[in-house]
Amino acid sequence: MKTVLPAPDISRAIVRIAHEILERYDGADSITLLGIPTRGAHLATRIATAINAIEGGQVAVGTLDTTMHRDDLRTRSPKALLPTLIPVAGVEGRHVVLVDDVLFSGRTIRAALDALGEIGRPTSVSLAVLVDRGHRELPIKADFVGKNIPTSRSEIIKVNLVEVDGLDEVTISEGGVK
Amino acid sequence: MKHLLSINDLSRDEAILILDTAAELARISDGPMKKLPTLRGRTIVNLFAEDSTRTRISFEAAAKRLSADVINFSAKGSSLSKGESLKDTAQTLQAMGADAVVIRHPASGAPFRLADNQWMSGSVINAGDGTHEHPSQALLDAFTIRKHLGKGASDLAGLRVAIVGDILHSRVARSNVLLLTKLGAHVTLVAPPTLLPFGVDSWPLTVSYDLDSVIPQVDAIMMLRIQQERMHEIFFPSAREYSRYFGLNRDRVNALNPNAIIMHPGPMNRGLEITAEAADSARSVIVEQVSNGVSVRMAILYLLLGGAPIEGGIN
Repeated sequence: MKTVLPAPDISRAIVRIAHEILERYDGADSITLLGIPTRGAHLATRIATAINAIEGGQVAVGTLDTTMHRDDLRTRSPKALLPTLIPVAGVEGRHVVLVDDVLFSGRTIRAALDALGEIGRPTSVSLAVLVDRGHRELPIKADFVGKNIPTSRSEIIKVNLVEVDGLDEVTISEGGVK
Repeated sequence: MKHLLSINDLSRDEAILILDTAAELARISDGPMKKLPTLRGRTIVNLFAEDSTRTRISFEAAAKRLSADVINFSAKGSSLSKGESLKDTAQTLQAMGADAVVIRHPASGAPFRLADNQWMSGSVINAGDGTHEHPSQALLDAFTIRKHLGKGASDLAGLRVAIVGDILHSRVARSNVLLLTKLGAHVTLVAPPTLLPFGVDSWPLTVSYDLDSVIPQVDAIMMLRIQQERMHEIFFPSAREYSRYFGLNRDRVNALNPNAIIMHPGPMNRGLEITAEAADSARSVIVEQVSNGVSVRMAILYLLLGGAPIEGGIN
């Protein structure tokens, strides 16, 4: 197991992503950050904190669970649902930024886009991820990337965050045994 | 979990998973997402060999919100009223490709027969069998109690619930006793001795014949319907007398704890086990029980049918 992104790099990536988002949308007023639980939701909160520190004010932030929209439901036992919390302003007419920890096949993001489509019609949707590890199975790309990490399909990328795992760290390990 | 036949099939953790899933589903279907694609292409048959309004509609609404196809099959107007056996009905449903059967039947144990005999490969959900069990009703009652009185806890530890009325004929009471005690609540049954089942003293609960002494001590009071269709003997001298001793009226509502809630699985006999004033009071959560029922049944359908097919069933 090798650490590919230590804690200080994670913080820097989050601040940089916050700046990039603000730059693209000309300020925070029209942005809604939606994190995909579990770790994407914590990352969204952190990006929101970084945006608020830069701009002052409060950027809208929420969570979006993709479980019920996944295309692999029939291949495993049903999973518990995670919270979906849409900010009161909704998504209509907003620039929605989806936030997740790792972008891999792209199937979670497809499910998130479907779930979002049920809620409303945002002006635009973009995607921010901490790690892009490649191996897309769908035509999906990230707009804001913390770090691109080339991997082989069998390797395991693990994002640890203080809120869930007690420390900030991204590791890579050989596949097979976790 | 393949079938839901009895509360006994559920571990405490599975019961809590159903309640948590229902809470999340309630939040998203109250808010942004009315319809979820999760069970698209699955067929759910509502097989109702006994009258029902809210349970059937509730299961139908739950299945439709999850995008399943629903076929309603009731005793009146089907071969069941021509004396077709359960086995033949089950094989017909199997041939039509039912992924799940929601069954209500006047015979206690009918859902078990359907599930145990490999007549069909789908899931079986008990929506009330005779005087035996009604697990989805108990789950929605537990959900309602937890939502109002749980203070954020995952179970019902320390809460006191009274179930009042016709315990003898009540599948709702049986399922509720099993589930509420599994979740840590303390249950008191209140009924005339003639309406208590044989062997009730071995159940893990308290029995009382005096409603007025129980009322101030409970957090939730569940009134049961006097089931005239199952009363083939005389269980109490008159409706007026029953109502006076075991009915929920204004004075008894006023004697409840300030936070206590009033529940009834419906349909109500207004004026018999509950007065209109009590049923419509601010403490009553009877209408909310119905909407919670849809969320709880969505959770049950999702957890039984949402994942990979479970082995077992037809060979």
